[in-house]
Amino acid sequence: MNDFINSLGIILYATLIYATPLLYAALGSCFSEVSGVVNIGIEGMMTAGAFTGTVVAYFTGNPWIGFICGGLAGAIFGALHALATVKLGADQTIAGTAINMLGPGIVIMLAKVLFNSTDTIPLDSTQKIPKFFSGLFDTSTVLGRFMDNVFANYISTYLVFIAVIIVWFVFYKTQFGLRLRACGEHPQACETLGINVISMRFLCVVISGFLAGLGGACVTMTISTQFRPISIVGQGFIAIAAVIFGKFRPQGALLGCLLFGFCSGLKVVLGGSSGISMHLISMIPYVITILVLILFVGRSRVPAANGKPYIKSK
Amino acid sequence: MKEKKSWIDFISENTFIHILLSIILGFLVGAIFLAVMGLSVGAAYGRLINSVTSLKGFTYVVVYAVPYIVAGLSVAFSFKTGVFNIGAEGQFVVGAMAAVVTSLFASSLPSIILIPLCFLAAMCMGALWGVVVGILKTKRGINEVLSMIMFNWIAFYLSNYIAGLPGIKNEGSAEATKNIAANASLQFSKDFIKQAGVAPTFNWGFIIAILVTLLVWLMIEKTTLGYELKAVGANKYAAEYGGINVNRSILTALGISGAMAGLAGALLVMGMGQRISIFSSQEGYGFAGIVVALIGCSNPFGVFIAGLFYGALMYGGSKLNLVGAPTQLISVIVGTVVFFISISVIFRNIKYLKKRGNASTKKGVAKA
Repeated sequence: MNDFINSLGIILYATLIYATPLLYAALGSCFSEVSGVVNIGIEGMMTAGAFTGTVVAYFTGNPWIGFICGGLAGAIFGALHALATVKLGADQTIAGTAINMLGPGIVIMLAKVLFNSTDTIPLDSTQKIPKFFSGLFDTSTVLGRFMDNVFANYISTYLVFIAVIIVWFVFYKTQFGLRLRACGEHPQACETLGINVISMRFLCVVISGFLAGLGGACVTMTISTQFRPISIVGQGFIAIAAVIFGKFRPQGALLGCLLFGFCSGLKVVLGGSSGISMHLISMIPYVITILVLILFVGRSRVPAANGKPYIKSK
Repeated sequence: MKEKKSWIDFISENTFIHILLSIILGFLVGAIFLAVMGLSVGAAYGRLINSVTSLKGFTYVVVYAVPYIVAGLSVAFSFKTGVFNIGAEGQFVVGAMAAVVTSLFASSLPSIILIPLCFLAAMCMGALWGVVVGILKTKRGINEVLSMIMFNWIAFYLSNYIAGLPGIKNEGSAEATKNIAANASLQFSKDFIKQAGVAPTFNWGFIIAILVTLLVWLMIEKTTLGYELKAVGANKYAAEYGGINVNRSILTALGISGAMAGLAGALLVMGMGQRISIFSSQEGYGFAGIVVALIGCSNPFGVFIAGLFYGALMYGGSKLNLVGAPTQLISVIVGTVVFFISISVIFRNIKYLKKRGNASTKKGVAKA
């Protein structure tokens, strides 16, 4: 029983730390997709944030400045994507592909210039994002260890759950959110009502880059302590998958990210103990996702104007 | 009266010119990065050009380019038929693995049978990987981009798992499969390679790449099937109204596209690679296929040239560290090229700038 509670605690801990970066990126993806801009550049924006976050934290010694700068780096690439897709009517998939090449390319080059290596120097514990409730629980008891695992988590994790609520509120309870959703459904109608679709979408894509950047920074400032070229491998695409899984709603994306996080947690616990191949265990999240989609979720309705460049005069 | 086209009209209307301009801009941005880092632009680009222009270098480029070309054709075909095959990565991986496994289990067969058999196995696995996604889309309405991303990862871990199985895993210390059977190798004989002075991995793959390019062009432009698939890609409602079974077309398109991506994987292991390593992250041939398809404008011949270009950059890029320039410069250059291709509409607007200029001067004349 005690073993079980211990394992459960570790799984939940891993679920939370692996879900957090995905969730930031997924919220970002929500902003972009719901406003009508396909953003497969999330991956590249996360890489930019992952590098910038850890580098700024390393040089300033302050994790929060690093974290925010990680977001800003993502926002810069977001602005680039917005410039191409929203202002210049570029094909959104092509521009996103470009971002996915430019992001990693530029930051790994910078890493070589700054550190003479593709990896950055690991952060020490004061430069990482701090944990909440650290040392509050008595880890000598089983229950205390469980509570410590689950609740003594990185502040970024607490922040992202608050962010989900905020994004949900913004999307469904504010005028801004209504306009945002309308831009993704019928931009022409929006424009006739005096909403500036172009600036709305531009803003949303920049926000999406910012959130993706925060997500990337989470990877290198919580799960690991340094940026390496393999820090971000596919998390951006997983975040996009979580958004489609969650039917383009922040609360749905939360479920999707927790599912992926949980499977990663399962991997951590099972990988050490059981005789099952690590490769097969690693496959679980993706197989489960497909099964969940087949059995429960089914059709995910894409915002009607998603992926179509908006041309004002049309 | 038909107006004679000025060179500005030519520039603004010709897609080929747009891509050329994008490539030039890509290298310009790369040069800026080099200069900012305090590296010699001449040395880096000189190295890049030198390493791909010798006979040995060029044959290396061809060897590198073959899987990119065929993967690019796979994605280009999917673009033409209205689905975005972001799953080429997974199809490529299962195709490569199918070729390796087939060659290991049928290693006694003569080349003339074994090689086509390996190709067939790879194409079937790739097609399966594509068609399953298609079935999920047409039967259950599951977003294909989502399921393709999942299938890419399933393929990746499946490949790693199979590569570690007894009978397939390399007996040496390498974390990889055994080398494919000698009968399944596409590489030219050692003697020929030595005599001709070409790259040691030079192989028959490029002939296959040329054939596939021609076949794709024929299929898209000259057959009813190609016409139907293209019609669905252009407007699926109109196609349905015209009596085309849209769901079946989507499945066919994904199957063909998947088969080509699988074939690309087989060409990699039977040509350059000879075995599959256990990877820590996705290799990205499928994603490279997307880039190649974009640079090639989804035109089969364009894709062929774009694949060679990409292969040249990849091979040349791997030599960049010899002059102290980071290999990632290539990602920046290619990323910039793709970025400018995405906004190539700005090149199209060049003529409007000119026209506006003309209009204002005419106005000036009228006033005077």
